Amino acid sequence: MRTLLRPAVSLFVLLSLLTGILYPLLVTGVARIAFPAAAGGSLINRDGKPIGSALIGQNFTDAKYFWGRPSATAPMPYNAAASSGSNLGPLNPALVAAVRSRVETLRAADPDNRRPVPIDLVTASASGLDPHISPAAADYQAQRVARARHLGIQAVRQLIAENTEGRDLGVFGEARVHVLRLNLALDALTP
Amino acid sequence: MNSHAWLLLGLYMTVLLLVVRPLGLHIARVMTMDDQATPVSGFEGAVFRVCGIRRNAEMGWLNYALAVLLFNALGLVAVYALQRLQFWLPLNPQEMANVSPGSAFNTAVSFVTNTNWQGYDGESTMSYLVQMLGLTVQNFLSAATGIAVAIALVRGFARHSASGIGNAWVDLFRVTVWILLPLSLLFALFLASQGVLQNFAAYQEVTTLEATRHGNAKLDTDGRPLEDDPGHAVAEPATAPTQTLPMGPVASQVAIKMLGTNGGGFFNANSAHPFENPTPLVNFLQMLSIFLIPGALCLAFGRLVGDERQGWTLFAAMALLFVAFAMAAIVFEQQGNPRLAQIRVGETASVSTTALTDGNMEGKETRFGIADSALFATITTAASCGAVNAMHDSFTPLGGAVPLVLMQLGEVVFGGVGSGLYGMLVFAVLAVFIAGLMIGRTPEYLGKKIEAHEMKMTCLAILATPLLVLIGTAIAVMTEAGRAGIANPGAHGFSEVLYALSSAANNNGSAFAGLSANTPFYNGLLTVAMCFGRFAVIIPVLAMAGSLAAKQRVAVTAGTLPTHGPLFVALLIGVVLLVGLLNYVPALALGPLAEHLALWSAR
Repeated sequence: MRTLLRPAVSLFVLLSLLTGILYPLLVTGVARIAFPAAAGGSLINRDGKPIGSALIGQNFTDAKYFWGRPSATAPMPYNAAASSGSNLGPLNPALVAAVRSRVETLRAADPDNRRPVPIDLVTASASGLDPHISPAAADYQAQRVARARHLGIQAVRQLIAENTEGRDLGVFGEARVHVLRLNLALDALTP
Repeated sequence: MNSHAWLLLGLYMTVLLLVVRPLGLHIARVMTMDDQATPVSGFEGAVFRVCGIRRNAEMGWLNYALAVLLFNALGLVAVYALQRLQFWLPLNPQEMANVSPGSAFNTAVSFVTNTNWQGYDGESTMSYLVQMLGLTVQNFLSAATGIAVAIALVRGFARHSASGIGNAWVDLFRVTVWILLPLSLLFALFLASQGVLQNFAAYQEVTTLEATRHGNAKLDTDGRPLEDDPGHAVAEPATAPTQTLPMGPVASQVAIKMLGTNGGGFFNANSAHPFENPTPLVNFLQMLSIFLIPGALCLAFGRLVGDERQGWTLFAAMALLFVAFAMAAIVFEQQGNPRLAQIRVGETASVSTTALTDGNMEGKETRFGIADSALFATITTAASCGAVNAMHDSFTPLGGAVPLVLMQLGEVVFGGVGSGLYGMLVFAVLAVFIAGLMIGRTPEYLGKKIEAHEMKMTCLAILATPLLVLIGTAIAVMTEAGRAGIANPGAHGFSEVLYALSSAANNNGSAFAGLSANTPFYNGLLTVAMCFGRFAVIIPVLAMAGSLAAKQRVAVTAGTLPTHGPLFVALLIGVVLLVGLLNYVPALALGPLAEHLALWSAR
């Protein structure tokens, strides 16, 4: 046992320093020089002040803004300091009740819109911080936002298109609309 | 499956096939380096002298096992101590409090055993120092342990009439420094360039576009939540004008979390968190990095036993099982949730489940959609990674059964780094044994007679985890403390418990995360499952390596069962499925199967 102790302790200390201190420091150092914005949280500035991260969604309830995915974080939605999904099972009555109440809220904000609600707009995301909605979910809300801002529907659709990305390299993931950027663009158009 | 899903799966398998052989050959080369005076051996020599390691001192299996256990015990102590002392240690800008003893011990065992079960919320519990020097280090060292043990078993087959199976210190060092570290460095830099955080800044508070109105639990003068009716907390309206963005050295940890099939995220939401997995392209490479080393190890095995066909045979069995399960998961998740399609507000159907991102979107991210999430879930549980980019608890019953069953098969469909290979080799030994019984010959594998001792070790290694899972689940559902953690009603609640035990005992680490597992009961139960699930397999495997290395090699004759080619692939898949199904079908019937029937029958 004693012959094992010295190699065990010294190798453990050595590899800990290498993988637990040197390696993260090296990655941080290179990242700070080569891509400081990406490694620093992809912040979005307005008037010189950070108003959010391009990767983290925000909560919107005002009719003049596009709304993002429902968020299950606590105690408030889109709490970036406590990411979480709902973890509701498919048969859980609480899931059906939550989706129903979200549909009712969407309908109440836009009574003339009788189209079915796209699924991503009424189900909670995995992180609770999803920055995107599907193009269908954006289109569903276009009329409401146009009315609230006294804009033409075409102007709003134009902004949606400008803030939509397709699949990465054409094959990975899904097409998506960036909610925060879209809302910033709307604010820039009609403050 | 839609065309996007087919394309994604096809592309994934193609890229995997292209990269595993070069890496496998590199691994084989690194693990058999001799004392030639290369620059590398000069550096190694200096390290080994300082550490008191004699490079050529072969270890018998018992010494090898003791070395591995001792090395892991040191890791356990270090991770536990760092968590318990983090408040007084540096690199803690959020002033995180010391972690409670039960949770700290659970996490320490979890990271040492390559499980990386997260009973804690990363962003609100762990200081940057613990994430780096505690958790990241064990991401490396538990992965190195798995690979070292696998290589030792391979040496058992490759050698004959030998007393040793290698030197554990040399193996652990070489795996960490020449395999895991260079790959992690490259991958971490790529991740950081794509938006994964890598800094030591304090959390950043930003003023959001719209203030968030929400209910806050009202507290009494003692700081306890007030209740009006029993059980109903009183909420008072509150407004949050800001959002707190977490920061930290994330990319360096996420890289090895994927490459080492560890899976413990920096954040609670793991690879669903946009700061851990910002784009679908990153997601694809994270999926690839999970299978990279387990796949390459099959080829390293083939090279080391001098017959690459043997390696491709294991790879083919794993790949076929994987593709079948991946297709199942994608299909079930794309079917969506019929209960939501039935919701009526007014006259017409109110929820479209056939929009662009059709299917079951609860607990999934928009950028990944259904296919990239279901594929990730299959990969992360086929390998014993356990990172998640979607909440498995909200999967459809059969979509969620895919990850569950993959763990229960013993994590051999690529499996953990090292543990997948030694697990599959144990199944291969069982397969030749069963075939030997059928054709009436002494079973042989790779020129080694499989005898009573090997079969005893095989049975121990194969039966340890099902016993832990089934007995553990039974204890949990029969006790008040176990049932208290269940979040979802009905059969799904049982699935949550079964999933937790399957994940812990097979060292996966993913969860049906609704289960409240950060309690004394689950911290204790899962710690036992993780610990025995890891070392009650490693020790028989090393014992088998020792006895195999000592054996003579028998000559190949016309009566030898070939252990390469389609016939053996089929036999191997058959044995893996047979053992898995015999162990788990009753439990699966009570959980996902019952839930599936309930979901689709009652209207």
